[in-house]
Amino acid sequence: MNILQYIINGISIGSIYAIIALGYTMVYGIAKMLNFAHGDIIMVGAYVSFCVTNYLGLPPLVSVAASMVVCTVLGIIIEGLAYKPLRGTPSLAVLITAIGVSYFLQNAAQLIWSSNPKSFTSIVSNIKPLHLFGSLTITGEVIVTVAVSVVIMLGLTWFTGRTRIGKSMRAVSEDRDAAQLMGINVNRTISITFAIGSALAAVAGVLMCSSIPVLMPTTGSMPGIRAFTAAVFGGIGSIPGAMLGGILLGIIETFAKAYLSTQFSDAIVFGVLIIILLVKPAGLLGKQVQEKV
Amino acid sequence: MAMKKTLINRDKGRDLLTYAVVIAAFIVMQTLSTQGRLSSAVKGYLVPVCCYIVLAVSLNLLVGVCGELSLGHAGFMGIGAFSGVVLATLLKDTVDNVTLRLILAMVFGGTLAGLIGLLIGIPVLRLRGDYLAIVTLAFGEIMKNIIGNMYVGTDETGFRFAIATAKPKLVGKGKWILSGAMGVTGIKKLSTFAVGFGLILFTLFVVLNLINSKEGRAIKAVRDNRIAAESVGINVTTFRMKAFVVSAFLAGMAGALYGLNYSSLDSAKFNFNTSINILVFVVLGGMGNILGSVISATVLYILPEAMRGLADYRMIIYAVVLILVMLFTWSPKVKEYTSVAADKVKRIFRKEKEAAK
Repeated sequence: MNILQYIINGISIGSIYAIIALGYTMVYGIAKMLNFAHGDIIMVGAYVSFCVTNYLGLPPLVSVAASMVVCTVLGIIIEGLAYKPLRGTPSLAVLITAIGVSYFLQNAAQLIWSSNPKSFTSIVSNIKPLHLFGSLTITGEVIVTVAVSVVIMLGLTWFTGRTRIGKSMRAVSEDRDAAQLMGINVNRTISITFAIGSALAAVAGVLMCSSIPVLMPTTGSMPGIRAFTAAVFGGIGSIPGAMLGGILLGIIETFAKAYLSTQFSDAIVFGVLIIILLVKPAGLLGKQVQEKV
Repeated sequence: MAMKKTLINRDKGRDLLTYAVVIAAFIVMQTLSTQGRLSSAVKGYLVPVCCYIVLAVSLNLLVGVCGELSLGHAGFMGIGAFSGVVLATLLKDTVDNVTLRLILAMVFGGTLAGLIGLLIGIPVLRLRGDYLAIVTLAFGEIMKNIIGNMYVGTDETGFRFAIATAKPKLVGKGKWILSGAMGVTGIKKLSTFAVGFGLILFTLFVVLNLINSKEGRAIKAVRDNRIAAESVGINVTTFRMKAFVVSAFLAGMAGALYGLNYSSLDSAKFNFNTSINILVFVVLGGMGNILGSVISATVLYILPEAMRGLADYRMIIYAVVLILVMLFTWSPKVKEYTSVAADKVKRIFRKEKEAAK
């Protein structure tokens, strides 16, 4: 029975990684940049939700909506001010700018909310934990997290496959110049991608802090790196890949902590990542692109 | 032929300028220091600045010259720091000369980091671009994690080494030098500015010679077009490997110098953020530009330290400066303005020259 419990816990953590990784993978696929500030948007989302519930006393669903709105606006502003002027420059230049943005968000959060950890109140307090077969417990947070991540993945798959904007996103990610020649507004498409990615980050932030209720200005950075490796793990740029990568990473992490050792869980997770990349250099579901001369 | 000559001369000139700047800076700081004009805060910056210069130059060899993005440089620095500190502690009674002990520790730290770089490089260098970046990131985190659970010490059975989740027991009288997450405490500070300066000169000598050698030209060819380089018979893997190992070796030496500059050291210092900071030095200094790395490592290390008076605002200001510098140096629009301005200036000078004739 223990194994089942670990699998459930792993899927729960993994679903959060998956939501963050979806944001990473979309931005990478379309803007071809590693957005290291993504993890810090998670933190901002969680803080906004915290403030709305604790200081304004509004219901949890309103706080989620508020944090999504704030993060979307923040994502569009960051993209417009810091990333858009560097369009077409080497990816390393944009990477460093993203690091600058990440520092900025962390330190701004520290000024606004101080570096003392805040204890986050879970947004799913009214769903009672399920008890199956006696020893197995599924908390409300787990149910909501998994359900939300599945809905998000299905929604994104539909969005990129069926809608006009989604199709233009795929076109831009495949060949930016050709997409532009076909009359697609590349800049607007990239902005929309950032907006969606940031809204997802807000959801991930709220869900993550509901399961692990410690909120600090650095809360987002480690899950951000983990989720980034999850995105690479599944094949960066691929939406089902991000989902698969996130959930596998969550399960590996939980099993490593349970059966091998808590202290070495970082080394085990990253070690598995290295091995997977050596065997399948484009990730689990990534496409191997042949280089042309 | 004539063009080739001027090209070579220009390279040599820039290298000489790099050496000259470093030596001049050393002489100025050393005289100020002996005359007692430096505050203790500034004196405290001297050795870390030397370390970060070496780290930035060695990472530039990888990122700027080879074109391989590495996000795990702090891992090599950590290996060098801990192995150097452990060796220096073990040799406390056998080697009396402090400087010799420091140099031995640095060489040991560098060699170990280089060896681990070689071991990691064999599988990892098959990957490219962002995938190499993520694997080096993973490597840095693994190193931090392992060092944080490593125990090295001596007891009556001799030398003890363990990687474990809990502190192992010592036999009889003995002491752990490196004790897991606690790190090393009570380090005897050995690092001096003069040795740091020597390490910078050594690094410049190694890196500049490598860049200007036949191998360096091959490495640059691989960076600019790997397929074309391969097709003219350059063994891409060997050259990438050489640069990777040299870079790891130098980072390890810098790490040992860094570790022996403080009284305590723990593995959390060598995390992703440190790797990123070194990368920021390299990119802001200019990719492949060694003098640029030296200057930007110095300025960017001192900048946040000098702003301590601004307390909570300093890192925000640092972040804004970082973003603005990137926007101004890389944005195509800004580049357009500067090139137009440069053209105008050139035209004025040309007219003056013609008028003089």
